[in-house]
Amino acid sequence: MSFLDLKNVTKIYPNGTKAVHETSLSVDEGEFMVFVGPSGCGKSTLLRMVAGLEDITEGDINLDGKLINEIDPSERDVAMVFQNYALYPHMNVYNNLAYGLKNRGIDKETIEQKVNDAAKLLQISDYLQRKPSMLSGGQRQRVAMGRAIVRNPKIFLFDEPLSNLDAKLRIQMRLEIKKLQQKVGVTSIFVTHDQVEAMTLADRLAVINNGIIEQLGTPIEIYDNPKSLFVAGFIGSPQMNFLDGNIKNKTLSAEGFEIKDIDSDFEGEVKLGIRPEHLSQRENSLINLKVDLVEQLGSDNLVYGRLKDKKDFCYRCPGNLTIEKGADLSLNIENNKYYIFDKSTGKRVN
Amino acid sequence: MKIKPLQIIAHIILILGVLLMVVPIWISFASSSHDSVTILTEGMKFHIGDQLARNYNEVLNEKGGWSEEVTAAKMFINSFIMALGIATLKVVISAMSAYALVYYRFKLAVPIFWLIFITLLVPLEVRIFPSYKIVSDLGLTNSYTGLILPLVASATATFFFRQFYKTIPDELLESAKLDGANAWSFFIDFLVPLSKTMIAAMFIFMFVYGYSQYLWPLIMTTAEEYWTVVMGMKIIYTESYEGVALPRTAERFAYIILSMIPPVLVVVFLQKWFIKGLIQTEK
Repeated sequence: MSFLDLKNVTKIYPNGTKAVHETSLSVDEGEFMVFVGPSGCGKSTLLRMVAGLEDITEGDINLDGKLINEIDPSERDVAMVFQNYALYPHMNVYNNLAYGLKNRGIDKETIEQKVNDAAKLLQISDYLQRKPSMLSGGQRQRVAMGRAIVRNPKIFLFDEPLSNLDAKLRIQMRLEIKKLQQKVGVTSIFVTHDQVEAMTLADRLAVINNGIIEQLGTPIEIYDNPKSLFVAGFIGSPQMNFLDGNIKNKTLSAEGFEIKDIDSDFEGEVKLGIRPEHLSQRENSLINLKVDLVEQLGSDNLVYGRLKDKKDFCYRCPGNLTIEKGADLSLNIENNKYYIFDKSTGKRVN
Repeated sequence: MKIKPLQIIAHIILILGVLLMVVPIWISFASSSHDSVTILTEGMKFHIGDQLARNYNEVLNEKGGWSEEVTAAKMFINSFIMALGIATLKVVISAMSAYALVYYRFKLAVPIFWLIFITLLVPLEVRIFPSYKIVSDLGLTNSYTGLILPLVASATATFFFRQFYKTIPDELLESAKLDGANAWSFFIDFLVPLSKTMIAAMFIFMFVYGYSQYLWPLIMTTAEEYWTVVMGMKIIYTESYEGVALPRTAERFAYIILSMIPPVLVVVFLQKWFIKGLIQTEK
C-alpha cells in the first residue's frame, strides 16, 4: 500500500450531481502529484475529499496506512493552501502561522522556533508582525505556504494556489513551490487547470475529465503518449491539431492527404492528432498550409493557417524562420509522430 | 487650496446642524448651574452660574420617591446596569444565534430565521402583559434579572450579524478547520474579532435602547431601589407640584445633564473601536 491510497472514491452531491466517479489513485511518499483538468471536472472535489472538507459518498481513502474516511479534517494531519490563500485577516503573519500549532497544544517556545524556521525558509521573517492586508500577492502566497509547512503535515494540498497571481509572479512561485517541495520532501497534491503548471510541477500527473482520471503518468509520458482525445487536446500548448479521417486497410485518409501502413488494425472514422511542434517544412509533403497569421514569440513562431478544406491548423517553427502571411507551406510530420483516436470513443488506436 | 462656494454652503449647513444639537444641551447645562428661583423669574440661561456644585450634589444624593429611599445616583446605577446587561446579552445572544443560523446548515435554519425576524413585529410594548406574567411567575419582579431578561432577544442584531457572517469566505472556515479549530474556537478566534466593529455598533445601539426603556421598568418594579433614570425623570417633574414648594427647575436641568452622561460615555469609549474597524476594511 502506498502513502496515500484512493480506492473507488465517488462523490455524489445531494442534488444528484456526480462530481467524482469511482476514482482509484496511489501517491507515493514524497511524490508531487498534480491533478489537472478543465474547471468543473472534479479535481478540486477530489482534493477536498482528501482534506476532509467534503464527505466521501463511496470508496476509501487511506493516508499513511490509516483509513481516514471518517476522520475529522483537523485530525488528518493534512495542510492545504487555498486559491485565495484564506489567510486569517485579523491575525498578523506570526499568528497566522502559529494558530494551527496553538490548537495542537504545542508549547510557546516550540511554536516560536517552528514559526521562525518556516519564516526563514520562505523569506518572510521581516513581515511576521504585519497583517495579511499589508502584504503583496506573492508574500501572501508565501504566508499561506508557511502556514502549511509549519505544521509539518503528512501531506500538502494545493488548490489552484497560483491562479490569483500575475503571470510573472506565477512562474516565479511555481519554481519556488517545486524547490520547496523538493527541500522539505513532503508528499503533495496540487490542483490546477493550467497545463503548463501541471507539466512543470508534477512528478506524476493525473488528467481528470468529468470526474474520471483519463490518464495517469509522468508529464512526459502523458505528453508523448496521450491515451485519449481529451488528454491529447488538453496537454500541450498550442493545442494539438485534430483532423477528421478514415482508416481502411491500414491506410488513413484525412483531409486532403493519406498516410499508408499505419500501425493500427482499426477501421472506421477517426481523429488524427498532430502536435504543432512535430511538423517541419519539406517540399512536396503531406500537408499544405495557407498561412493566415504568424505569432512571433522570439524563440518560436506560431503559424496559424488553413488546410485545403478551410480547416484551422497550427504549426510551430523555430523563431529564425521568416514566414510571410499568405504563404503556402508544405509540411511533413516528423518521425511519424501523429496520434489516431477512435472518433466515437475518443480512445487512442495507434 | 481654493474654497468653492458649495463647500461654504455645506459647512454652513453642518455648523447649523451642530448648533441645533449642541445649543439645547448647553442651555440645559448652563441653566443647571443657577438657582431655581433665578430660572423661574429670568428664564433659561446661557452662562454658567454659581450653584453648579450644590444643584448636582442635591440631585445625586437627595433621597426621593414615595418612601424617600431612592437617590438619583442609585437610579443611574440601575439604568446603567440594565442597559449594560441588555446590550451585552443582546450582542452575545444575537452573534451566537446568527452563527448557528449561518454555519449549521440544518433544515430549519431558514424558517427559524424568519421566525426570529417576525419578532420585530411584536416589540415588548405589544406583549407586555404576557411578558409581565411570565416574569412575575418566575418571581423576578424587582430584580435586575427581571429588568434585563425579557429584553435580551434581538431580531435586528441577529439579522445584522447573519448578514455579516454570510460575507465571510468559506475558505476561512475550512482553513481554520484544517488548523484544528473546533466550532467554538472558530467563533471566538475568528468571527468575534472579525466582527468587532459590528459588535461595537450593535452595543451602542442596544445600550441606548436599554437605557431609554420606560414602560418595562415602570411595570416591573415596585421597589424604589430598582427605579431607573427615565422613571426618575417623570418623578422629578411631578414631585414639586405635590407640595407647596417652587418647581425645582435647576435641579431638573442637572438631572437631564446627568442622565445623558452614561450613553455618551459608551459612545465615546466605543468610537475608537468603531473607527479603527472602519479603517481596516479587511475580511
